[in-house]
Amino acid sequence: MQAYANPARFNALALSVLPWCAGITVLLFAVGLYYSLVVAPQDYQQGETVRIMFIHVPAAWMALACYSVMALASAVAIIWRHPLADVAAKTAAPIGACFTFLALFTGSLWGKPMWGTWWVWDARLTSVFVLFLLYLGYIAIWQAIEEPARAARLAAIVALVGFINVPIIKYSVEWWNSLHQPASVLRADGPAIHSSILTPLLIMAGAYTMLFLTLHLIAMRTEIMKRRIHNMEQAEVQG
Amino acid sequence: MTVFWSLVRRDLVLTLRQGGGAGMALGFFLTVLVLLPLGIGPDLNFLQRLAPGALWITLLLSVLLSTDRIFAPDYEDGSLELMTMGPMPLELVALAKSVAHWLGTGLPLAILAPGLGVLLNLDTLLFGPIMLAMVLGSLALSLLACLGAAVTVGLRRGGMIISLLILPLYVPVLIFGVAATNSVTGVPELFGPSMLILTAISLASLVLAPIAAAAAVRAHMT
Repeated sequence: MQAYANPARFNALALSVLPWCAGITVLLFAVGLYYSLVVAPQDYQQGETVRIMFIHVPAAWMALACYSVMALASAVAIIWRHPLADVAAKTAAPIGACFTFLALFTGSLWGKPMWGTWWVWDARLTSVFVLFLLYLGYIAIWQAIEEPARAARLAAIVALVGFINVPIIKYSVEWWNSLHQPASVLRADGPAIHSSILTPLLIMAGAYTMLFLTLHLIAMRTEIMKRRIHNMEQAEVQG
Repeated sequence: MTVFWSLVRRDLVLTLRQGGGAGMALGFFLTVLVLLPLGIGPDLNFLQRLAPGALWITLLLSVLLSTDRIFAPDYEDGSLELMTMGPMPLELVALAKSVAHWLGTGLPLAILAPGLGVLLNLDTLLFGPIMLAMVLGSLALSLLACLGAAVTVGLRRGGMIISLLILPLYVPVLIFGVAATNSVTGVPELFGPSMLILTAISLASLVLAPIAAAAAVRAHMT
């Protein structure tokens, strides 16, 4: 792991892995979308709108996963001071914010025909909305502070403080009475949904994860190159 | 410990004697309370239902707007740098500054809130509960405000960023504070649990916020 903290070595690795990641992402999305939009049965109550779930649920999972990646990278950055961990945390944030927005947006689209309202202020929805705001605050810190090293330290502190929200989101449907349904896939007594729905859902989850991995690798490479260009410009100005 | 209390005293005296301290926060609180009925309409029954939430949100905003006084003056005149090198750990400095901010802003506003709530036709039954909940909750608000001030100290446009950073963290305090206040006229059994959670939030911030704030100040000083 330590060996790949070297940006040059990381870049080489990322470059060789990226085509595979992108290929698997496309493949999983093709299969997953076919299964979820065509093969999966209609719900006897929800009709076709149940298909929104195949977009919504993995997006919500990824919203939490991205923040966890961001917080983990921030912790690594604070403890071992790896510049690469800073890059990983910084580039995960916009992707996570997009997933969070997608989860909120698709949930809202589903809520209108099913719950009869675009939005309710209950625990799950509110805490995910707060997660979105935390992403925005984190991104704002990076933009407000010009010096990269200082920005990285402060952004890491902000990310770690905000991590408190992640378990709150996860358990919000169990701690409070919520309109949102409780966890039905990861449960002690096994998944509570039929395999005809579960299979496409898991394929879509895999597709989203690979999409995140692909985008994150691209973003990290871009960020590393941006910093290198910045350093070269600085050297030119000084020299 | 004497260093700790003398820092609290120093900050408190500075807040009270310089302009822009506790009086300013109170003035802001009052102004928002006057604007609310003008914007919403003077219907007394409606205002009464709205009063607890409106008072809480006004408290959040007043605390938020006074955060630039926690670290910024000390950062500008260099005393913050002295404090980072002083004998007292920076975590305790952050705690002392939070306590001073609470004593100078949160606590007076919490005590005065029921009286000012009269402007919004606040139910007299709620006077005690809202004061108690606000005294407890505003401690957490001040501690988190200190964290936000530490992260944004020395930034040119810190004001906007601090609201984006800190207001999301204020959400639990707002939810349980309003829940505790409203439970008295609504579901009385909810009062105890809401107050307990509010206390838990304050105690957790008491331990965690100064540590994070100190780390942020150190990041600025290096």
